[in-house]
Amino acid sequence: MSNMLRSIVLVLSGTLAFGSAAAAQKNGSGVTTVPGQLSTIHLVSPLPDGEWRLPAGDYANTRFSPLDQITTKNVQNLKIVGTMSTGIPHGHEGQPLVVNGVMYVVTPFPNNLIALDLTKPGFPMKWKYEPRPDPKSQGIACCDVVNRGASYGDGKIVYATLDNHIVAVDANTGKEVWRTLVGDINVGETTTGAPLIVKNIVITGDAGGELGVRGKVVALDLKTGKEIWRAYHSGPDRDVLIGPNFKPFYKKDQGKDLGVTSWPPDAWKLGGGTVWGWISYDPETDLIFYGTGNPGVWNPDMRPGDNKWGITVFARKPETGEAVWAFQIVPHDAWDYDEIMENIAVDMEWHGQMRKLLIHPGRSGFVYVFDRETGELLSAEKFEPTNWAKNFDLKTGLPDVDPTKVTHTGVYARQVCPSSTGAKEFVPSALSPRTGLLYIPAHNTCMDHEGTEANYIAGTPYLGSSTTMYKGPGGYQGELVAWDVANAKKVWGIKEPDFPVYSGVLATGGDLVFYGTMDGWFRAVDAHSGAVLWQTKLASGIVGDPITFKGPDGKQYVAIYSGIGGWMGAVALPSISIDDPYAALGVTGAMKKIKEVTGPGDVLYVFGF
Amino acid sequence: MFSVSKILAVVVTIAISTLACASPQELWVCADHNNLPYSNDRQEGFENKIAQLLAQDLGRKLQYVWWPSSPMFASKIFKRGACDIIMGVPSKAYDLAEPTQPYYSSTFVFVSRRDRKLEIHSFDDPILRNIRIAVPVVDDGATPAEQELAQRGIVRNVVGYTPFGDLSKDSQPAELIAAVARSDVDVAIAWGPLAGYFAQRSSVPLKLTPICAPTEPRSLPQRFSISVGVRHGEDELRQQIDAELTHRHAEIRALLESYGIPLVEPDSSPEACK
Repeated sequence: MSNMLRSIVLVLSGTLAFGSAAAAQKNGSGVTTVPGQLSTIHLVSPLPDGEWRLPAGDYANTRFSPLDQITTKNVQNLKIVGTMSTGIPHGHEGQPLVVNGVMYVVTPFPNNLIALDLTKPGFPMKWKYEPRPDPKSQGIACCDVVNRGASYGDGKIVYATLDNHIVAVDANTGKEVWRTLVGDINVGETTTGAPLIVKNIVITGDAGGELGVRGKVVALDLKTGKEIWRAYHSGPDRDVLIGPNFKPFYKKDQGKDLGVTSWPPDAWKLGGGTVWGWISYDPETDLIFYGTGNPGVWNPDMRPGDNKWGITVFARKPETGEAVWAFQIVPHDAWDYDEIMENIAVDMEWHGQMRKLLIHPGRSGFVYVFDRETGELLSAEKFEPTNWAKNFDLKTGLPDVDPTKVTHTGVYARQVCPSSTGAKEFVPSALSPRTGLLYIPAHNTCMDHEGTEANYIAGTPYLGSSTTMYKGPGGYQGELVAWDVANAKKVWGIKEPDFPVYSGVLATGGDLVFYGTMDGWFRAVDAHSGAVLWQTKLASGIVGDPITFKGPDGKQYVAIYSGIGGWMGAVALPSISIDDPYAALGVTGAMKKIKEVTGPGDVLYVFGF
Repeated sequence: MFSVSKILAVVVTIAISTLACASPQELWVCADHNNLPYSNDRQEGFENKIAQLLAQDLGRKLQYVWWPSSPMFASKIFKRGACDIIMGVPSKAYDLAEPTQPYYSSTFVFVSRRDRKLEIHSFDDPILRNIRIAVPVVDDGATPAEQELAQRGIVRNVVGYTPFGDLSKDSQPAELIAAVARSDVDVAIAWGPLAGYFAQRSSVPLKLTPICAPTEPRSLPQRFSISVGVRHGEDELRQQIDAELTHRHAEIRALLESYGIPLVEPDSSPEACK
């Protein structure tokens, strides 16, 4: 066994080959206003100024950096200044962190943490921490063995391993400070999302709704790793941490023990509602926000009712976990529309009045805008072709569902848009306070949900719903959408003919928007006009999120992972045959061409001048 | 115990993205390490025994790649070429592997305690609206039982068990049968081999009744034939296994019967519901 392990380590350690770096310079602390900021926008949490300490850079999840050395005028001079191979050819989702002149990279399984010294020439590896998660977890993760990154707090880098350990690693030494098990792979649970650290509390979700996991969020003490609270997303109010301070805006979300009563008896025990996306925080209202995945494992016909709290946006107090409001976006999901997407907190002029907004660009095809104090839905407008619901009634908070687009096992439902992969995936948007635009990495896929086919898991023949996904109306499959938040409309879009946009987005003070494509183009576009100002082709498709930072030499850099994978990108990995349109849970039909244009990759790129 | 070295072997295979090629001296089998009556890593399952027979007849050394049986198991491991065969695949409409001829056919059954004296043959039996029913549930689809019940609006008295359950416990799918024995539920709807094997070993006498053919136009099959799966294109191996399955037919049938598996004729229709 130890020989085996050594051979793995050899394979995984990869090569380190970094470009320039120079003398140290202290990074500044975060600011909440930037030059050129629209007067109609007020930022609610400090922006990352030089460093990148949290998954989205800031608490509010704007993914906006005020750095402005790289501009629309000079971006065409960007070049590769550093690369590093992690040695693990799986989906490289998420983003690195940059803290005190060190860059931290979390790899896909086996979830190593690699620290790169940005103060030395060649950005050499400082240390590598190997948590050695249980190999069984690879067989349990649904779609690929991905990880979406770490958070920094109090001298520690904190992240999740696939086998549900939250690990805290000393940012200087690479030594493990604590590890806490928060879930059980034996019941199908894995952890892939990035934790958020708020007020010395580590908040993390889970994954595995497709295996009957009862989704939850857990909070740990940053100092010790001890659990402080946990909130489930099905079951009685006491498990959901719903108490006297819970005041959902709409009647549909009000009532006692809805996590039980909106299901057939006992069905909530396999209730799903996992949290594998992003968690945000607003210091002004002192609330954390996140969305939950689809309700659990049952065939929709078997779980009549709203199935709370699947596909719900929650607002909670970080210290106690108590729920303050909740809004179930999709009652009784029949489409697998997890709404674990980012929730961006910003104050903005809304119909002539400054409002505390929470913006949720949804997998279900609408940009949802809430009042983040109350959970009132202020707007829900489609950003890609969407037909499962006509619109949302802002008085009731309910969608007007088209019954012909509801999927049932054994029944055909055709041309359902978006498909189960959604009008966007977990990959996060960015919001620029200089343009007032939200930059959404979007998909345009529809699906036919067809009858049944025999399938088998040792012990139980079953009838799989066979879902075929394909390009939606308009003949394109992906789009970077620039969305005018205040007016709830699309301003421009950059369409991708063959693939969804499956990378995160970064907006900067230089009025640039960075993102990548699944066929490997990394782009900078003009934040105002959408003109593509610079692009370069990377080794593998991009499913990670760009970040920007100021190096110890005082210069601005941009970093991105290149390594296709994840649910849709897994088609490019060797295990899945493109001849089978139902493999990778239905996405291969929509992703047929991916193998022709990219292969697996494992590279961190850093760009600069 | 879970065999760590075998898993690491697979991890290495994945890491270097090579296909483990079938050595003619060995027969590699992808199997669940903890899933009686089918397989376990003590090789006590009937699929272990059949694999042993096949390896012996083919003159190859039997080797296992153990992995938990999740929906992703097959595509992650078998499709990567980690093994030559996978036991227990449906004989029809299955794209993962090329099926050999069936080595058995079975049926979903109603399982209840004998002392309850329940007579249930059909999903249309009115009593199903008033008793607690356990069914296996699988994401992104439905077991035939789940779907038949849902179509009849029988949902409020149904308890779900995932076939994966808690992998740290022995043979988790058996929880469905144990729930009947404990009277947590009145009836379970289970796949024949699971029901037959655990009913045989239950301290509480249990009754198994094959599900009759529903007459609804949308009704789903309750009987399935099961084959050995080989990788696509491995026609020679498939033909060899076909020959051995024919040659060993009587022996395999006796083996399956000794595991208590309710057998039906391949491609036969269940008795029509009255």
